[in-house]
Amino acid sequence: MSTFDFVENAAGRQVPTRVNHRAQTPYQGVGAHTPEGPKAAPPIRSCRDYPPEGDKRVGDLRTALERCGLRDGMTLSTHHHLRNGDRVAVQALQAAAAAGARDLMWFPSASFPCHEPVIDLMDQGVVHHIEGSMNGPLGRYTSQGKMRGLGVLRSHGGRWQAIQDGEVPIDIAVIAAPSADAFGNANGSHGPSACGSLNFALADSIYADHVIVVTDNLVPFPCIPWQIQGNNVDFVVEVDSIGDPTKIVSGTTQITRSPDRLLIAEYVARFLRDAGIMKDGFSFQAGAGGIALAFVQFLKEMMRDAGVKARFVRGGSTEYLVELLKEGLTDYILDGQTFDLKAVESIASDPRHVPTSPFTSYNYHGKGNFASMVDAVVLGATEVDVGFNANVNTHSDGVLLHGIGGWQNCLFSGCSILAIPAVRDRIPVLVDRVTTLTGPGELIDVVVTERGIAINPRRDDLQEAVKGSDLPIRPLEEIKEEVEGMIGGTPREPSLADDPVAVIKWVDGTVLDTVWRVED
Amino acid sequence: MESHNADAPAGPPEGSPEGEGEAGRRGSDVRSDCWVAVETTQGGGLALELTSKVETLFGDAIRETVRDTLRRLGVEHARVRVEDQGALPWVLEARTEAAVFRARGQQGGEGPPPRASELPGPTARDRLRRSRLYLPGNEPKFMLNAGLHRPDAVILDLEDSVHPREKVPARFLVRKALETVEFGGAERMVRVNQLPLGLEDLDAVVPQAPDLVLLPKVETADQVQVAQARIDGIRAERRMDRPIWLMPILESALGVENAFSIATASDSVVALTIGLEDYTADLGVVKTPQGEETWWARTRLVNAARAAGLQAIDSVYGDVADEEGLLAWGQRARGMGFQGMGCIHPRQIRIIHRAFAPSQEELDRALRVVEAFREAEERGLGVVSLGSKMIDPPVVLRARRLVARAREAGLLSETEEPPESPGHGGEGSR
Repeated sequence: MSTFDFVENAAGRQVPTRVNHRAQTPYQGVGAHTPEGPKAAPPIRSCRDYPPEGDKRVGDLRTALERCGLRDGMTLSTHHHLRNGDRVAVQALQAAAAAGARDLMWFPSASFPCHEPVIDLMDQGVVHHIEGSMNGPLGRYTSQGKMRGLGVLRSHGGRWQAIQDGEVPIDIAVIAAPSADAFGNANGSHGPSACGSLNFALADSIYADHVIVVTDNLVPFPCIPWQIQGNNVDFVVEVDSIGDPTKIVSGTTQITRSPDRLLIAEYVARFLRDAGIMKDGFSFQAGAGGIALAFVQFLKEMMRDAGVKARFVRGGSTEYLVELLKEGLTDYILDGQTFDLKAVESIASDPRHVPTSPFTSYNYHGKGNFASMVDAVVLGATEVDVGFNANVNTHSDGVLLHGIGGWQNCLFSGCSILAIPAVRDRIPVLVDRVTTLTGPGELIDVVVTERGIAINPRRDDLQEAVKGSDLPIRPLEEIKEEVEGMIGGTPREPSLADDPVAVIKWVDGTVLDTVWRVED
Repeated sequence: MESHNADAPAGPPEGSPEGEGEAGRRGSDVRSDCWVAVETTQGGGLALELTSKVETLFGDAIRETVRDTLRRLGVEHARVRVEDQGALPWVLEARTEAAVFRARGQQGGEGPPPRASELPGPTARDRLRRSRLYLPGNEPKFMLNAGLHRPDAVILDLEDSVHPREKVPARFLVRKALETVEFGGAERMVRVNQLPLGLEDLDAVVPQAPDLVLLPKVETADQVQVAQARIDGIRAERRMDRPIWLMPILESALGVENAFSIATASDSVVALTIGLEDYTADLGVVKTPQGEETWWARTRLVNAARAAGLQAIDSVYGDVADEEGLLAWGQRARGMGFQGMGCIHPRQIRIIHRAFAPSQEELDRALRVVEAFREAEERGLGVVSLGSKMIDPPVVLRARRLVARAREAGLLSETEEPPESPGHGGEGSR
């Protein structure tokens, strides 16, 4: 185990000065860090080295990896479009293991419980460490200090930024494609394993040294639409199945039936209406969580009643957003991920349902991005503190269980709303100081709980806008104290070791916080 | 199940086992609850074994709560197992109390005296009772946030929503909920079991001063009087002076026939209500969404209640997903003279409030009548008129009552309040 030097960053958090042998910049504050220098670029290639008839197929993943020059210590990237149904990431890492590779860095855009076999590969030394979201079992493994390197958690936008910075040079990108042709053009909107968009893999396809497309639905050239362009692709591998369709998209997404969560969802919708955010031509983003889905249903009725329509809605698209589009309550869906069958059908057939990527939506090194142009976003969190700082990565017991996703990037919207139950079983969500800092309080505007709505004191414009509304607007501290009265005081602080297991990156690549090993 | 005796499995070596009892729910799907098993022993002190999904954060606090409860109950030697799924302290206490009660062969279940100073004030005889939310008495998770949904009342139910095996732990839980849980201004009601079991329920819950007790399956005035006598006895013994109202539930043909005598059986009866599932079963007819088959019974109940100066409250609407059906049912019920109905899910509350709200036209007209009445009084006129029409006294009375109710329901702002607070003379009193 290497030793670390720590420095206190602008958020008052102790962060390591080096992570996985790379020097780091501690978090400087929102918008305070100025990255410099040219962007990274892949090596020059020539079309003369690729088959002129366009057939880049090879027999299997191992062959493809070997022909990409697989070596020990390389960085191998995969993507989470297939969500918990993905078979390709584990197959790719296992093929690398079969080829004898060791000490790989796995660079997924997100991980799911289906990626649990990577734990074995880490135990065997095939995978050295992971830079990507660590969900469920992988998070627990990381928290226990069993991973050799430090985990690095980045937002979707931060992943693109790290690739462009050259902080993470990708040696080989393996892209699971629900449809592809032999040239490497690929999309996620068609085929038996359709997942919607493939745009989390876009950066990798452009910047990686080598790109492999893996498909179970090979179509004759041209594969239309080409969300991934074959001109960036080295090899195409055909397999029987890239994933389990029932886990790639859900048949239908379920709206919560919990009365308390429905109440929170209704408060969110009423807040948007009463604060005047819900007006003709507005925009919002909602994910696929139970509260977010329900909030869209409440908002839809309010939009109908008020005769208001949105210019665009960003998702996490589901049948509920598709209904808005079909009913004419929004002009466009700008789609980051596609969660259910109706949304997959819609993105494949409706030109107003448009795939977006972390580049258009979130990238810090872009000349602007969509996230800051959205009027309101509804997000979750595991903890929020009295400074409105929020945690989405660890639970109150300090265990790493979730990735960041687009959460940090979305905080730049006009009104970022955390919609969360104030207490889960006995565990309070409102705390004095978040266990892990994922989002600085200055970007979090409103916290909506079943016990009331707290507006960040920095947003006196919002305070003013909802004056006269019958919504239960209350100070955050007051809701917190009420919950503490209910649960019998504040919980004990978890016992955390002083060695780091992972770091949380801010959207600009600086280190926002450290995740510490959990003591047994 | 309720209790075990000395032939239970062998206890710890220190002492021979005396009695065993358990309470609560276990399993990974359980939320905000716990399971407590107590085995009292001859000696050996307290051995506490805990598993909890919130061990890291609350493990010590849970152990302290359980030990304190055992100490308060005078349990010095016992083997205690707790499986916790995020139960709040009062739930841990109630489950421990119930387990000890069972381990002692159903003895010594007396709770602490009521903390009267912390109770919300007593409720008015004819307060707004549009919605009353049923909460299963053995399910703590539904109780915690019930008040947030703003029902006019919550019913902590010991009867049909509680399995016969769980009656004892439910009684402990409901008692503790009355003592501890903040229901946000909702009237705190308890539905006890049918007599005679209901009398034991009364012994447990009355000391915690519920605002109202629902008596199920009442068929005769005499049953109300038996319950009333039991309540009076407990109140006298504990020197409680706040009122505890009664709402008998008529659930049979005989009960409906005796509606008026039941309504007048005790001064504490403030409302009559009806249980349509049991009533239709008694008649041998199918309960329909339109409810024609119960039309006579319901109008009979309304008439008996009004004759006795009480509120008439309708049954529940069982299909939670059918919001339009619920709204229609509620509007029909209001038209028949009912003043509220039961809810089996918090999402029904707002729909019921809408159903029982007067229309804007009704409200506007009532405000005009009240205003005309005020003017007539000011000018010392004996006759109230609105435009060219003379208004009869019953119309004035109804208008004043409607305005008062609308104000209580938050449908009118302060400025729309008639200058003189309308009393409940005549209609509301007996």
